[in-house]
Amino acid sequence: MADATTLTPVLSDRWDADRPWDLRTYESRGGYRGLRKALTTAAADVVTTVKDSGLRGRGGAGFPTGMKWGFLPAPDGGPRYLVVNADESEPGTCKDIPLMLADPQVLVEGVAITSYAIGCHHAFIYLRGEVVHVYRRLLHAVEQAYAAGYLGKNILGSGYDLDVTVHAGAGAYICGEETALLDSLEGRRGQPRLKPPFPAVAGLYARPTVVNNVESIASVPGIVVGGSDWFRTMGTDRSPGHGLFSLSGHVKHPGQYEAPLGITMRELLEMAGGVREGHELKFWTPGGSSTPIFTAEHLDVPLTYEEVGAAGSMLGTRALQVFDDSVSVVKAVSRWTQFYKHESCGKCTPCREGTFWLAQVLGRLEAGQGTSGDIDLLLDLCDNILGKAFCALGDGATSPITSAIQYFREEFEAGTHTPADVLFPPERASLFPYTPRRSGQLAGAH
Amino acid sequence: MTVTASKPAGSGATPPPEPKPDGVTFTIDGIETTVPKGTLVIRAAEQLGIQIPRFCDHPLLAPAGACRQCLVEVWAPGRDGKVAKMPKPQASCTLTATPGMDVRTQRTSAEADKAQHGVMELLLINHPLDCPVCDKGGECPLQNQAMSNGRSQTRFVDIKRTFPKPIAVSTEILLDRERCILCQRCTRFSREIAGDPFIDLQKRGAMQQIGRFDADVLGFAGAGVDGEDGAADGTLAFDDRVFLGADIPVGPAAPTVDDDRSGSPFASYFSGNTVQICPVGALTGAAYRFRARPFDLVSTPGVAEHDSSGAAIRVDHRRGVVLRRLAGEDPEVNEEWITDKDRFAFTWQSAADRITTPLVRDRAEDGTRGELHPASWAEALEVAAHGLEQARAAGGVGVLPGGRLTVEDAYAYGKFARVVLGTNDVDLRARPHSDEELAFLGHAVAGTGLGVTFRDLEAAPTVLLAGLEAEEEAGIVFLRLRKGVVAGRTKVHAVAPLASRGLERLDGTLLRAAPGTEPEVLDAVGSGDLADLGAALGGEGALVLVGERLAAVPGALSAVLRLADRTGARVAWIPRRAGERGGVEAGALPTLLPGGRPVADAAARVDVAAAWDVEHLPAEPGRDTAAILAAAADGTLGGLLVGGVDVRDLPDPAAARAALAAAGFVVSLEVRASEVTALADVVLPVAPPVERPGTYVSWEGRVRPFPQALTSTAMPDHRVLDALADELGVTLGLRTVAEVHADADPLTGEWDGARVAAPDVAAAEPPAVAPGHAVLASWHQLLDAGRLQDGEPFLAGTAKRPVARLSPATAEAAGVLDGAPLTVATDAGSITLPAVVTDMADHVVWLPTASAGSQVRDALRAVPGDLVRVGPAPAEPVGPTDGTATDEEVTA
Repeated sequence: MADATTLTPVLSDRWDADRPWDLRTYESRGGYRGLRKALTTAAADVVTTVKDSGLRGRGGAGFPTGMKWGFLPAPDGGPRYLVVNADESEPGTCKDIPLMLADPQVLVEGVAITSYAIGCHHAFIYLRGEVVHVYRRLLHAVEQAYAAGYLGKNILGSGYDLDVTVHAGAGAYICGEETALLDSLEGRRGQPRLKPPFPAVAGLYARPTVVNNVESIASVPGIVVGGSDWFRTMGTDRSPGHGLFSLSGHVKHPGQYEAPLGITMRELLEMAGGVREGHELKFWTPGGSSTPIFTAEHLDVPLTYEEVGAAGSMLGTRALQVFDDSVSVVKAVSRWTQFYKHESCGKCTPCREGTFWLAQVLGRLEAGQGTSGDIDLLLDLCDNILGKAFCALGDGATSPITSAIQYFREEFEAGTHTPADVLFPPERASLFPYTPRRSGQLAGAH
Repeated sequence: MTVTASKPAGSGATPPPEPKPDGVTFTIDGIETTVPKGTLVIRAAEQLGIQIPRFCDHPLLAPAGACRQCLVEVWAPGRDGKVAKMPKPQASCTLTATPGMDVRTQRTSAEADKAQHGVMELLLINHPLDCPVCDKGGECPLQNQAMSNGRSQTRFVDIKRTFPKPIAVSTEILLDRERCILCQRCTRFSREIAGDPFIDLQKRGAMQQIGRFDADVLGFAGAGVDGEDGAADGTLAFDDRVFLGADIPVGPAAPTVDDDRSGSPFASYFSGNTVQICPVGALTGAAYRFRARPFDLVSTPGVAEHDSSGAAIRVDHRRGVVLRRLAGEDPEVNEEWITDKDRFAFTWQSAADRITTPLVRDRAEDGTRGELHPASWAEALEVAAHGLEQARAAGGVGVLPGGRLTVEDAYAYGKFARVVLGTNDVDLRARPHSDEELAFLGHAVAGTGLGVTFRDLEAAPTVLLAGLEAEEEAGIVFLRLRKGVVAGRTKVHAVAPLASRGLERLDGTLLRAAPGTEPEVLDAVGSGDLADLGAALGGEGALVLVGERLAAVPGALSAVLRLADRTGARVAWIPRRAGERGGVEAGALPTLLPGGRPVADAAARVDVAAAWDVEHLPAEPGRDTAAILAAAADGTLGGLLVGGVDVRDLPDPAAARAALAAAGFVVSLEVRASEVTALADVVLPVAPPVERPGTYVSWEGRVRPFPQALTSTAMPDHRVLDALADELGVTLGLRTVAEVHADADPLTGEWDGARVAAPDVAAAEPPAVAPGHAVLASWHQLLDAGRLQDGEPFLAGTAKRPVARLSPATAEAAGVLDGAPLTVATDAGSITLPAVVTDMADHVVWLPTASAGSQVRDALRAVPGDLVRVGPAPAEPVGPTDGTATDEEVTA
């Protein structure tokens, strides 16, 4: 076992400051040094720095950020856009919203540097619409940045112009998919676009567009100031840098833990005080509900893109949801599936109809009324959805089901005779008394 | 495209196929094929005869990849050149073939087969099992492909999503949402092809559904949906209904149910195409719903009779009754689309007022008419022959064939006039016309063969519409132009008093011209502000499309020809009626013989006389329609022989009625009782298009033959005329279609003699518009009060609401607010319609020519360019005052 990994607060470094969202706080803690440095550097060199840093997209897929910028075609005189994907909606994922709430300026600085690097003069931040408090913070941050000359015309006397628009979405999970996000931003119905053309060639308003996650963009100022070598002092060779690990669920101290990639769940659990008293870890998600679940046997998997992938899941958004032995995996999967059914955009058959069907089969199993063929049916349905849907959301809907059956098949078998709430009384799982608002409508309620 | 079998068979004598320079060679199911770059895998497979199941895919729509039914396994060369399997099955409807690709369909890949079975099962879980009562049952891609590519039994034992059924998206189109598989063909057609995105996806997940645009939800209520009819508050209510704008259909869409987000009805002239391309029974036609099973129908190809496009249709009939019409496939003409009029307006052919036997009328000594009474053919022909003989002796007989005939019929009328009646008094134009137009037709149209084509339309860089509303007058022309516009190839300009919604959807530029001033605008093209347009019209492939209404504008057609000479642009004449171009070719005009031969040309007359085996032909150019009617009215002519003419279409219906009443003898060849038959001495019934074979000549000059669909004893006009000539002792030799063509075809080739000289008519001075007056502008709406739309209330419900349009300044001068009733009057009568203030030429008022409550020629005795009085409607009663249909009848 290697030396214990320690936290590396970079993005979360200022969160403990007084009024951390304020521009003055940000400036007093070294803010906008990255932008000043970038504006005196050739744009291409900024791109090179980010490429060299090895920063990989923090939105889930882990595509190298600098390489994505490099896909833009050569400037043709027309506009090109940066769109920040702040539509954080994945169950369990809760990193971008706290980041924008506590420290929106680092995102604004990242937007300014990235826009400069890719030759964009109008950047958009597409924010999940439900988080009105974050929307206000972002608007305020952008307003302050304009007033201070970090945005607008002739930024810091460099001659570079940039406008930033913060757009609030209307509450659709699909709009986190980058092409659906672009359609939504254009005022259309949010459904994924046919690719190619990819956004780098024809994105927003059919112009070359870079779509990046909030955390990716917020990491850019640090890389520009500290240099790519500094960034690579953290993490592993192929998954370098720091990342926010969001621990939630049955842990003593849930919250954001910013650490180098490659840290293990065991280390993070220790930092978080472990699973709550009197219980054992049962299963956890490495990156939100769309990533196949892990169990205690995966506690020592280094949390990098490669190694989590090799272990059969995905690093995703590092949304580490922890479930202890009081939780019915059938019930948890059933809830997730209801989410996917509710959020399926409806464009393609496998996701639209498949989640509709899966939810009913899981509801049956949760109520203890499943049939002996239901588990095979679930697996076959998942096989008929996985890889057949239009976008990755259909694939994501199958991950919790197939992985849960892989590790906890006997619980699904129990669903043919015993309701999940009998096997796992909900009051044991909850930290505080909770009465569902529509208890009568929940499948399996008794 | 070339196909190579995986195992070359036979000798080596066949040379290997030449590799095409930009071809893509790849394999499907082990069969190597070469296709043009950019070809989709599903298309390439079709050409090999490999059918991959599909729903959302349609060759004329942009790929969607929504239904996922066409998944195939794909192996493709990677960066290292090694062919590797792609991790996921690919939708072959969105996948472009690349060199070296190895595609394995359900025929050779278990993975593809399972993927397709899986998708099919999912499509069916929420699909109702109501195939036995579904219109689509028996011709349903879902049904068929569920059999060929689906599981034999479902595993779904759960609760289906249901919707109340159906909802009426318009009076014509019904939507069963639970049958819908959300392939988006209908919405993509509406957006991409027709440019009428009145339906779209709503909600999401399994509750996703097609629905109408909801003006209320989006807060647009009260404003024009097309944005041009924004009105001041409080002036909108013209009657009980909230006035939503002129382009909203008048029909009362059925009351809507539950939470369908319904708003304005599906007001598209092309909406019926969505029913045809719907791969399930979700969209059905109200007129056909529950009427027939597809396997009981007999299908006969046909050609649409409603405009000059010559669209291919399919007539589906059962036991002698036409039940529906569908678009036929003709990539050269209508591709796979037709207008709703072509699709739904066919009941006129079997209307209750069909004439089934010859009718003869007795006249009293003083000439007063008695009742028509049925007669045998022998009697009727004898009476007709006798009457025509006498009329001929009494000054001659004028012939008015009408503009809706087949080319065979038009030829027969022309030959009958010249050979039997000895006159050139024959004119098919039952609409405003002029001598200038005769010269234009003789100079630039007749005998020119296939000229500008539909393919030329979509390829043209610049198109100038001169007096032509493509969407209203020739829907297929509109669709082809839009195809070019959407593809970024074509730029459309139009000379008109206002930009119609059709022009807006062509992204067109309006060259604003008040009626009568078109020649001025046309002459200005190439100089001043219009210098660029002049240059563009000089470009390769540039076109000028001329509509029929220019015939009523002195100097306009002369200016068109000058413009063509000046720029080099090609000119096409696009009349509204199906028979006009054929009639021009067949010589049913007073100055033209068949094949564009001028009557005035002695050599031409000799030519034709020799072919017709007569000594000579009348040399004197004949009278035109107006002159024939005037001569009949004053007794100069002794009689009239009238074909399919609706008196209300004539430039002066009142004068025409008087002429028919005054004529000494009238023979009418008609399908249905009409104002002409009401005054005729002998009525000879003729067959409608569905009961006879024949040929239309489209505006392109394309010959469009069609077979007889229904067994019938009714005879076409040419056969009746042949019999009538026999009775008069002349053998015309036009008994059958074959005989007509044997007679006519040698004459309709290229005429190598001198053509009619180009017209050079000076434009008229624009009239001085006194206060309270305006210049009349008018054209036909596609759906209006025409007799060929009789008996089809579902279609009528999707017609545009008749309105009067005028500019803000003109409305203010007339004292009329937007939405308030406006009365347009002449000494002959008046028309009152809701005013719609429109961005258009000042001192002009626009009315639909022949819509319910707006029979302009009949009520006003005016044609475009005439001065009319405009003002607020008299306080009471509000409504048309010309005695034609009231608003209530419009909605009936």
